[in-house]
Amino acid sequence: MDQFRLFPPQASTSSHEVDALFFALTLISLFFMAVIFLPIIFFSVKYRRGSSANRSNPTSGSFWVESGWTLGAVILSLGLFAWGAVVYFRIERRPSNAIDVQVVGKQWMWKIQHAEGKREINELHVPVNRTVALTMTSQDVIHSFFVPAFRVKQDVIPGRYTGEWFKATRTGEYHIFCAQYCGTQHSSMIGRVVVMEPRAYEEWLKSGEPTESIVLAGQRLFHDRGCSGCHAPNSQFHAPLLQGLYRKPVPLSEYLRDSILQPGKQISAGYQNIMPSFAGHLSEEEIMELIAYLKAIGNQPPPSP
Amino acid sequence: MIRDATEIDIKTRGEFARDNYLSEHTVRSWLLTTDHKRIGLLYLGTILIFFLIASVAAALMRIELLTPQPKLVTSETYNKLFTIHGVLMVWFFLIPSIPTVLGNFVLPMMIGARDVAFPRLNLMSWYIFVAGGALALWSLIHGGVDTGWTFYTPYSTTYANSHVISMAAGVFVAGFSTIVTGMNFMVTTHKMRAPGLTWFRLPLFVWSLYATSLIMVLATPVLAITLALISVERFWGVGIFDPKLGGDPVLFQHLFWFYSHPAVYIMILPGMGVISELITCFSRKRIFGYAWVGCASMAIAILGFLVWGHHMFVSSQSVYAGMIFSILSFLVAVPSGIKVFNWTATLRKGAIHFATPMLYALGFIGLFTIGGLTGLFLAALAVDVHVHDTYFVIAHFHYIMVGGMVMAFMGGLHYWWPKISGRLYPEFAGKLAAMITFIGFNLTFFPQFILGYLGQPRRYHVYPPEFQIFHVLSTAGASILGIGYLMPLIYFIWAWRHGRVAGPNPWRATGLEWQTTSPPPKHNFKETPIVTAPPYMYSAEKDVDLNLASI
Repeated sequence: MDQFRLFPPQASTSSHEVDALFFALTLISLFFMAVIFLPIIFFSVKYRRGSSANRSNPTSGSFWVESGWTLGAVILSLGLFAWGAVVYFRIERRPSNAIDVQVVGKQWMWKIQHAEGKREINELHVPVNRTVALTMTSQDVIHSFFVPAFRVKQDVIPGRYTGEWFKATRTGEYHIFCAQYCGTQHSSMIGRVVVMEPRAYEEWLKSGEPTESIVLAGQRLFHDRGCSGCHAPNSQFHAPLLQGLYRKPVPLSEYLRDSILQPGKQISAGYQNIMPSFAGHLSEEEIMELIAYLKAIGNQPPPSP
Repeated sequence: MIRDATEIDIKTRGEFARDNYLSEHTVRSWLLTTDHKRIGLLYLGTILIFFLIASVAAALMRIELLTPQPKLVTSETYNKLFTIHGVLMVWFFLIPSIPTVLGNFVLPMMIGARDVAFPRLNLMSWYIFVAGGALALWSLIHGGVDTGWTFYTPYSTTYANSHVISMAAGVFVAGFSTIVTGMNFMVTTHKMRAPGLTWFRLPLFVWSLYATSLIMVLATPVLAITLALISVERFWGVGIFDPKLGGDPVLFQHLFWFYSHPAVYIMILPGMGVISELITCFSRKRIFGYAWVGCASMAIAILGFLVWGHHMFVSSQSVYAGMIFSILSFLVAVPSGIKVFNWTATLRKGAIHFATPMLYALGFIGLFTIGGLTGLFLAALAVDVHVHDTYFVIAHFHYIMVGGMVMAFMGGLHYWWPKISGRLYPEFAGKLAAMITFIGFNLTFFPQFILGYLGQPRRYHVYPPEFQIFHVLSTAGASILGIGYLMPLIYFIWAWRHGRVAGPNPWRATGLEWQTTSPPPKHNFKETPIVTAPPYMYSAEKDVDLNLASI
């Protein structure tokens, strides 16, 4: 991690794709620098004041020359755009079958929790050759989760969830940086990703104190905080049931988050807004656990009333 | 009337016009002047103060970054240093630099006018600028601001414990000065042109100032609104940007960059205009593709309003919005490319004089080309995800802002210095300073491209030790760059009284501003010039001597 180099390590599947485009852009830049600088040097020598070069019939423009380089630049631009867009589309779309990890940024640390319940701070242990998807939010200002060796970066924003994924291809330790300026200790909001062999990763997950999985923690909260008092088949209050909800076609993490913190924002048809807000009563981690639980019961069929 | 430039010069060479705009010496004559030339000099003095303060901040940062661990200042101070560097350089130096100093001084003369359209408004805009600057300095003296020049929310509205409102107020006030200047320039260009000076006979510097003014008038109000909203949320707790108050922090970024990306073009278009003047004069050639270069300025001004989202590719903006902004960002690079190609083609069959302004112009083309090409890396979505908010971005925009705009400003200042002061700067010292600046600049900022791709984030007070070598190179370059900037400051002051007398047209240039005495009389022209020919009627076939000072 701490050795001098001229080029960052390539430790994820995306890193190769991004670097290929980077090298293409570098070559194109060198080509244009040659196309511009070589004539400038050539003209500077040949047409320096007092030289005997032939200066008769100078031209001051040509429609065809101008159209030619304009059109050339436009076509090249569109090509580069398309290449960049295709890779970006892949980087931004979260693949299925990923290991889920929850990340909460705060001034000035990264709080990370694995689906199995294991928590860490400023460190992220992941297995090699497995897709890992981060669901991230911030409890104060905007941060940005940046792993140069993976060529991924995503702003971490209070009040909403953002995602980032990678598939590490080389074991080792790599920098995590906060890339979005977040206050006094911004440059100390750093950490490391530890990419491990699958077996070592399994052992690491089991090490330390036994932990409750995120879904179980969410279930416990669902009961402890009284959610189940209303959102239950035999409740005396008229509240929607949440089993099977997660499969419905709405952007769910944001929707559930809003419904917990600002219950009046969107009301299910046929229900009154009688739910109190939980803003300030639940930490970002607890909200994530509740959503994980609701996601887990999202695969159950809704119970018949 | 445009006569043969060389013919005039031979007649009038060596005269220092006694009856000139500087003849009055009272303080009152300066503070109450409505003469665009004096106002240009008032701006020059004012922005130099801000440039010096912002440079000191940069120097302290570069010294601090020699070591990975903090040695000189605390993190809090470091954050205030980069904020003050950014705020002052952007709003109190770069944006006003060429328009208010060189633009004010030469625009009316270039179009054969006695002054700008609204001379008193012009003076008022300087006072507004000084008031805005005073507020910014007040904020600085009372402890400064640590939000970065971008004022990102909710940090700036809820979490920062520094003087955000007074700094935002300073920028807010200075914005009105920009709007007033832009409006003044537009009206001047429309209504005050000399007889025969049609739109397509205008010097390209006038075209670029016109395009710049358009952006100033249309974009700056958005900045004013955005900064006002920050103050409203910070002071009264009205929820606009902070999600805890029901706001949206990313909304701020849309508003901010809707202004600040066009503002990047406020900072480079006038520089491009200056380069067109310098390249033609010192290669004794008509510009290649006049209409294309002029229209490219307008295309940049218009397209520049449609690319703000390229600052937000990793901000959780929709993937499809990202794609639209990416394609538009690639397209806005095309008119800049057209300009560079045309400047290169202009050199062909010229008679190139390597005088100081020409060295700056060639330096500009080199650095601006690198800055522009690295802009393509940032427009390419997937690469931007990696280099966004790293030193790669820092290097890129310094190649445009410093390598481009400051080189153009220095080139323009040397070019018009004989007109401004009636005297020549020392030529050898000028060339030396231009080369030192070029070398120092590259050493400062080229390593930052590598550093950025390695992943060094911007605004980092502490950094991993493996990055140190690049920071050391950068700091070494910055000290060379500092010498390159100090030299002109010294020799310009010296030359103001002791430089060799320039005469009305030391460069044998064709622009109308060279058709009057140096320094110009109070109302610029003894009689209104009449224009009968296109600009840049130079001939490379006839060898001319320029009036260059020795040393």
